[in-house]
Amino acid sequence: MTDPESGPARRPAPDCSPGGGPPPGAGGGARHAGALGEPVIRLEGREKVTGAARYAADHAAEVPLEDRAYAWPVPATIARGRILSVDPGPALAGPGVVAVLSHENAPRLTDADDATLLVLQSPRVAHRGQCVALAVAETLEAARAAAAAVRVVYEAEPHDAAFRPDHPGLYAPDTANAGEATDRIHGDPDRAYEEARFRVEAEYLVPPLHNHPLEPHAATARWSGGRLRVYDSSQGTTVVGRTLATLFGLAEESVTVVSEHVGGGFGSKGTPRPHVVLAALAARETGRPVTLALPRMLLPSLTGHRPFTAHRVRLGADGEGRLTSLEHAVTTYSSTVAEYTEQAATPGRHLYAVPNSRTTHRVTRLDVATPSWMRAPGGCPGAFALESALDELAVACELDPVELRLRNDTAEEPDSGLPYSSRRLADCLRSGADRFGWWGRDPRPGTRTEGRLLIGTGVASSTHPALAQPAVAEAHAAPGGGYRVRIAAADIGTGARTVLTQIAADALGAPLDRVRVEIGASDLPPAPVAGGSTGTASWGWAVHQACRELLYALAEHGGAPPEAGLTVRADTTEEIAAVSDAWARRAFGAQFAEVAVDMDTGATRVRRLLGVFATGRILNPRTARSQFVGGMIMGLGMGLTEHSALDPEFGDFTEQDLAAYHVAGCADVVDVQAYWLPEEDSRLNPMGAKGIGEIGIVGTAAAITSAVYHATGIRVRELPVLPERLLPGLAEWQRAVVV
Amino acid sequence: MRPFRYQRATGAEAAVATLASSPGARYLGGGTNLVDLMKLGVERPELLVDVTALPHTAVEDLPGGGLLIGAAVRGAELAAHPAVLDRCPAIAQALLAGASGQLRNAATVGGNLLQRTRCPYFQDPGKPCNKREPGTGCPAREGAHRHLAVLGASPHCVATHPGDLAVALTALDAAVRVRGPEGTRTVPLTALHRLPGDRPERDTVLDHGDLITHVELGPVPEAAGSVFRSARDRAAFSFALVSVAAALEVDRGFVRRVRLAFGGVAARPWRARAAEDRLLGSPATAEAFARAVDTELAPAEPLRDNAFKVPLLRALTVRTLLELAGRSPGAGERPPEEP
Repeated sequence: MTDPESGPARRPAPDCSPGGGPPPGAGGGARHAGALGEPVIRLEGREKVTGAARYAADHAAEVPLEDRAYAWPVPATIARGRILSVDPGPALAGPGVVAVLSHENAPRLTDADDATLLVLQSPRVAHRGQCVALAVAETLEAARAAAAAVRVVYEAEPHDAAFRPDHPGLYAPDTANAGEATDRIHGDPDRAYEEARFRVEAEYLVPPLHNHPLEPHAATARWSGGRLRVYDSSQGTTVVGRTLATLFGLAEESVTVVSEHVGGGFGSKGTPRPHVVLAALAARETGRPVTLALPRMLLPSLTGHRPFTAHRVRLGADGEGRLTSLEHAVTTYSSTVAEYTEQAATPGRHLYAVPNSRTTHRVTRLDVATPSWMRAPGGCPGAFALESALDELAVACELDPVELRLRNDTAEEPDSGLPYSSRRLADCLRSGADRFGWWGRDPRPGTRTEGRLLIGTGVASSTHPALAQPAVAEAHAAPGGGYRVRIAAADIGTGARTVLTQIAADALGAPLDRVRVEIGASDLPPAPVAGGSTGTASWGWAVHQACRELLYALAEHGGAPPEAGLTVRADTTEEIAAVSDAWARRAFGAQFAEVAVDMDTGATRVRRLLGVFATGRILNPRTARSQFVGGMIMGLGMGLTEHSALDPEFGDFTEQDLAAYHVAGCADVVDVQAYWLPEEDSRLNPMGAKGIGEIGIVGTAAAITSAVYHATGIRVRELPVLPERLLPGLAEWQRAVVV
Repeated sequence: MRPFRYQRATGAEAAVATLASSPGARYLGGGTNLVDLMKLGVERPELLVDVTALPHTAVEDLPGGGLLIGAAVRGAELAAHPAVLDRCPAIAQALLAGASGQLRNAATVGGNLLQRTRCPYFQDPGKPCNKREPGTGCPAREGAHRHLAVLGASPHCVATHPGDLAVALTALDAAVRVRGPEGTRTVPLTALHRLPGDRPERDTVLDHGDLITHVELGPVPEAAGSVFRSARDRAAFSFALVSVAAALEVDRGFVRRVRLAFGGVAARPWRARAAEDRLLGSPATAEAFARAVDTELAPAEPLRDNAFKVPLLRALTVRTLLELAGRSPGAGERPPEEP
């Protein structure tokens, strides 16, 4: 996977911060190995592979295991209704049981503007699996047994846990997730569709999907002297700390949240989740440090999921294949606890030039667990629908799918009309087509066979916002020449700690081993979460700024810090508020897939997956590749293996563990390649980088289903590609099916 | 904590006596299923009698070319055993098609045969299930049943036996040696697992205290060419949607010997006798294979979301038999296949 285009990005980064000009001492001297753009190995890699890295349920040095109690939730066994009584008697009679908490005795919480966190506060049951009581005991096993022994009596009410695209409760929310507009209309899409030379109309379905990070949601909470200290598995300690402070009526500085290492999140740890509140409640009630690690089967109902989305897409194109009309109508659900609307109609607002468009979101409220962020919320399921429709349009127009996308390229964002700060989608498509061996593809479906396998190829475009949020970083110079940078960033396995060290070393003009970056705790300078692919841009900006200001401060001290060292603090709120709104900023990419479909069994395997991305400057090619490849693998799972189902009878998900919920395994992942194009964009942030954590997944499933169509002639419009969705169409390939 | 006692059995007779006198006791093999079910609260044994140290850990030759497989042999070991690879490769293929390397290192042959269904309702004590709690009902019929039975189910239960090994053993007429309180006996694989009827809580014909000590495999000449094939939702580490174990001997284009068993379709591995009967003496063609499978599957009663198992199993079986016919010594003389 050597790639001349994927090498280290050029230095120094374009400087877009106010005040311009290099600070004294920066960039002038010899460059140091390990600075920005180098494939630096993860700084904590050794700790992780030797088991020394500490996760939320660890930290035995700070919270001795013998002092701890363990908690286990009691999940609601009705989908809607109220709790009439909670009898903890049988549970408390068990050996080693410390307490049973329920709404009847749990400490009161103050609303922190997230109703999913108001746990054990009311007898209302809003969905099956909701935590209705919490058993606390000396051991994990005792807690589990105690939880099973708690007797809860309910008054059940009729529930509705069946989503359908025409659900009578559908309404237009004020906004969709991430503040995206509910509806956007340009021109007259209906008339343009009617007048279009080529038309495609289709419905696509994306089932509920679960984040399932390898480390489950876990927290260890301890109270002492009115202060709360929590070790949490979280994508951002600042927000967890602030939220806990509100919930428990504390001053922010009375709460410390530590997330030193995090075993994945994929969005499901992007806001505080109920486990951390439960752990803090239990610790407060029992006066003991309490560890709560959610059992795997409670993750689907307690930590968020990607909700079912139904998509109706209509595309109209002229005789040249240029889009004249685009309509993408999404329906989805949320819970009765909180509104969350997956912003899945948004890709059409960004990807292609089209004068007439309508993109809409409708949501209904069901008696189910609350959905939330999962890697590329909205954009990912939306791209499956839109990019599948593009492939159908290519067939209708008899145009190559890459060529069709090239003809609809645009320099301006269709929805806002703003020019893109940079956009190399067309280059990604061309470069990917070259590398993949796309050109000359026979578009006819079902024309390539190898034995009993049907072979096909497909392509899809991807896009994701390139944003940054305000953050604060502190940089300190020690007398010996060492530097320390502090920021409440989170490394959820992405390599953030490493990249921030590179950014700091680069800004300071110092060798990597002279810079120590402290992240993962809420008592560090406040920072936004690792989410929305904004982490590195947001934290890196503040780190860069702090390091520059430290160099200025050092210059005022004659180049060397005083005996006590020198510390500066940078807050990027003003810089980010001053960012010009005259540009649209997004990352782009294209994925190519080759599949083999067994014509007898419908078993589908992705033989090759290749992505090319243009995401500004790549700060660490090693960890960047991991993000791109990881995103594509998750998209492979979305395309072929991952699906969950709401059980209308009970109101929960059928797939509750990793034996039933099929994340793609090693045997499914054969050949995944990621490349990137050099892209200079001085209108982003001081590093010139766009976020890369999510774009890898965005178009992958659509590339795969388009490849399945090319292989078989069967259009799979409901994910994933299961045998039963192919078998009827494969009948003609089978030699002896009809008797 | 829900306490339970643990004993390591030193002799089969004593282990059986212990179980017989303790209604709340269970044998423990590799624990890859039982321990999971204990964590879920589905199984609540008071006593676990670990039978992995009993002297049932060898694969021995039987007179005439058969094999005697100890019930405590680990799946990984059996899958790699030269005699198995040589004489009955379907068994090795079935083992390798299931679980993961780690699980195969732990799981025993006896435990594999006695694993419980993975029906989601059975595994969730918060929901009704006639197999787990008789009389509470079966939500799977109307609910989630994509993986469940199309053959031999009852109004009370539509569970499937999830294993692959039992399917291969069924096709090869294996039997289990059982030691019980009343002595030892031999139970053919085809008679080990029960269809649910109105007693879905009973997976097998074994009584409490019965211990599988060995799997006995008689000499089956055509087993040397046997195969196991399954259709799964991902390339590894997922239960078979459907599976087939088969052996075939073709003579001058006609089926001379055939063995066929299906997995993933019923509460027991499904020996396809009707298909075998229909195939004997018939031409070794795709059409004949398909007709035979259809005969076997005629009584199938698929549910809303598992009807695909019928055409899937037919396609998988036809393909598997064609593959076997292609390598049968008599294949060169078989009549030309119809287009």
